[in-house]
Amino acid sequence: MTLDPDPGSAHPIGLSIRGGTKVYPGTIALKEVDFDLRMGAVNVLVGENGAGKSTMMKVIAGVEQLTSGTVTMNGEEVNFTSTDDAERNGIGIVFQELNLFPNLTVADNIFMAHEKTRGGIDIDMSAQREATRALMQRLEHDIDPDTLVGDLKVGQQQIVEIAKSLSRDARILILDEPTSALSNAEVEILFRVIEELKAEGVGIVYISHRLEELIRVGDYITVLRDGTITGAQSMEGVDIPWIVRNMIGDSSKDFAKEIEHPFGDEALRVENMRLADTSGGFAVDGVSLSLRAGEILGIYGLMGAGRTELLETIIGRHSHAVGDVWVQGDKMGRPSVPDRIAKGLALIPEDRKHDGLVQILSIRENMTLSSVGSFTRGVHMDLGKERSRVADFVRRMVIKIASPEHPVSALSGGNQQKVVISKALMTGPKVLLMDEPSRGIDIGAKAEVFRVMRQLAAEGLGIVFVTSDLEEVMSLSDRIIVMSDGRITGEFSREEVTETALVSASAVGHAPLSEQDAERETAQ
Amino acid sequence: MTDMTASAAGASSPNATLLLILKARTFIALILVFVFFSIFAPNFLSAANMVIMSKHVALNAFLAIGMTFVIVSGGIDLSVGSIVGLCGMVAGYLLLNGIDIGLGWSIQFNTLEICLMVALVGIAIGALNGFLITRLNVAPFIATLGTLYIARGAAMLSSDGKTFPNLSGNAEYGSQSYRMIGSGDFLGVPISIWMLIAVGVLAAYIARRTPLGRFIYAVGGNERAAGLSGVKVTQVKYFVYMFSGFCAALVGIIISSQLVAAHPATGDTFELNAIAAAVLGGTSMSGGRGRIGGTIVGAFVIGVLSDGLVMMGVSAFWQTVIKGLVIIAAVVIDQAQQKVQAKVALQAQAALGK
Repeated sequence: MTLDPDPGSAHPIGLSIRGGTKVYPGTIALKEVDFDLRMGAVNVLVGENGAGKSTMMKVIAGVEQLTSGTVTMNGEEVNFTSTDDAERNGIGIVFQELNLFPNLTVADNIFMAHEKTRGGIDIDMSAQREATRALMQRLEHDIDPDTLVGDLKVGQQQIVEIAKSLSRDARILILDEPTSALSNAEVEILFRVIEELKAEGVGIVYISHRLEELIRVGDYITVLRDGTITGAQSMEGVDIPWIVRNMIGDSSKDFAKEIEHPFGDEALRVENMRLADTSGGFAVDGVSLSLRAGEILGIYGLMGAGRTELLETIIGRHSHAVGDVWVQGDKMGRPSVPDRIAKGLALIPEDRKHDGLVQILSIRENMTLSSVGSFTRGVHMDLGKERSRVADFVRRMVIKIASPEHPVSALSGGNQQKVVISKALMTGPKVLLMDEPSRGIDIGAKAEVFRVMRQLAAEGLGIVFVTSDLEEVMSLSDRIIVMSDGRITGEFSREEVTETALVSASAVGHAPLSEQDAERETAQ
Repeated sequence: MTDMTASAAGASSPNATLLLILKARTFIALILVFVFFSIFAPNFLSAANMVIMSKHVALNAFLAIGMTFVIVSGGIDLSVGSIVGLCGMVAGYLLLNGIDIGLGWSIQFNTLEICLMVALVGIAIGALNGFLITRLNVAPFIATLGTLYIARGAAMLSSDGKTFPNLSGNAEYGSQSYRMIGSGDFLGVPISIWMLIAVGVLAAYIARRTPLGRFIYAVGGNERAAGLSGVKVTQVKYFVYMFSGFCAALVGIIISSQLVAAHPATGDTFELNAIAAAVLGGTSMSGGRGRIGGTIVGAFVIGVLSDGLVMMGVSAFWQTVIKGLVIIAAVVIDQAQQKVQAKVALQAQAALGK
């Protein structure tokens, strides 16, 4: 890695934000940030989930507007009101969630809303195909322009998304976690393309959680924490501990105190769990784990590491999953969610909106959905008993609601999460599986959720929880398992764990870049 | 049918009052229609007319009750009209011929046995719908469109398209009472109305007070979340289509008994009236929302409207147009209600002060 001794002159500032503040109802996503985007270089952006990276990029790409502060481009103040607006000014963005149409072809997708036409009406298919082929060649991918995007693997779809931005001749290209679904070889190709673009003077913003990748590809680094920039400098002299220090900071978040208690017997055992994914590999690949009553087991890993799928196989959502599950020594039969809930498992899904709640139903009906049996005699539901149970949990979980009869969609994220947790607890579980329990909820609600987790563990519940937040996993877990590529790549006890160890274990099988470089060197 | 929640905050706000009116809109519409026709249609309020009208309404109301469960669960059942036709034919066939077991003599059945067998036919077609939708993953619209044609074709085949006439039954076999289902009354109220009351109460009870009913709403609101919460989604779907088939079978029995004949084309487009009644009663086509009571009131609005217009001498063509307008108006008002409802809930939540 060579760096220009005087990067300031070699890489002019193409866009800058001064005093950027973005306020959403209830939270401040960005606080007075100053950010410079340098052209002909890779500007790396790093921070934990919810630190404000995506918000900042959305501002640059015209998806969101700053509440206060200015964006200047080439000395002029600009205010992009839409993505089209930003695009006209040469800004392209590849979102983390792919924005493609699976029912259309690769060429259709790349030229969506920018179709090459004859006379503005007739789409020139052959010109589009030709251009698509050229783009694919540049990206070194043999993808036919007429393939449906839905038939491509996720990694290939990501390539299409990148090609889409390239086709618009972006001067500034924002890549939000572009490698999360790419294989090593594909990552290498992407990096080569990035080098080319850099040479052409394109300014690239690169967001990723894979710290080693950042160090390799980046020229400048900006670290965000809770909406403020905690570090911004050229990549020279930056190492992983520096990044982690800036990401997490000295001040700890408000985690509940641990309640000292002994662990009980084994509450959950999973053996050799496997789940095939759509592309022929395994989303969960031979995972075994064991959990004792009263223990909190944290599962750390990057997006797509198979953590969510692991919890889903344990609860029995996937009928084609292979592997054995025991709850308190009791072996589970073939995968079936109702059976496993009855046997003492409960899941709090990652996606509250789509998996956790029935938005149209009331708070009461959502809370008791998993446990209607507990107030039913024969076929008759005792609604009075239901109401008192709900009132009891609303009190215990400190849920702020006007009335349990209101639709659950009226609640804030934190309160919705508490409803989901209540629903799981009402089944009287022995093991609680929590998938990103703090996702999308504000700091106060997080602290309460953590307090509840501690409390439950002290009461003898076994908890498995998945998170991508380093600090969270380290302060809450009694034991930590790291997953990568569907496999367990590390296991640490509370005492021995370090951030660096977690980060490197989570990158196993993805891009152990230093090793790869070494390999290439020895090959030459 | 409206249920006033004990919301401490905002109960007196104008929005809450508006919401109450919107929620009761189908009922208000029914009263308006009633008042209108009692003034403008001669003999509208006579007892004889009431009896005739209620019999008309009952037929659609049965189908609409079954349809409500299906729609609330997030599906649709287009096959009910054909099931009515087929079930009528099965009833007619059994009354006339019994079952020929090929030994030179046939088994004959009494009224109760015939009704049970016909109900089973309806339930079986519902189960077929459920099977196609849950096991073979056919979209409900397509699956039930298929069974619509199959059942109608089977009805035609059963008699070569001819009518089974003179279904007066036979005292020897105990089937002479079959006619009473359509024409008899108890305490001055037609038997079919008593049946409607029984089915309506049963359905409302299932919807409000049994886990099954709760699950139907949950599946329609968010199938994935319901599945992850331990709801047996497949069983719930089987139930709603089987119940819908059962309701259609009852209508087949009642019609064939009323007419003392079974015609294979009976029930054509009945499914559309049933959907209209359910929607008019506040059932959401996207699932998760709807009330049995609302549906029954909706069926009455449609029935009273069409009978009243006939009595006023309005042309059949205008009747059709008016029916369409009423349905569209109902859905537009429903959208307004959803907005106000969300607003009231958010206001109450905001009033809590974060």
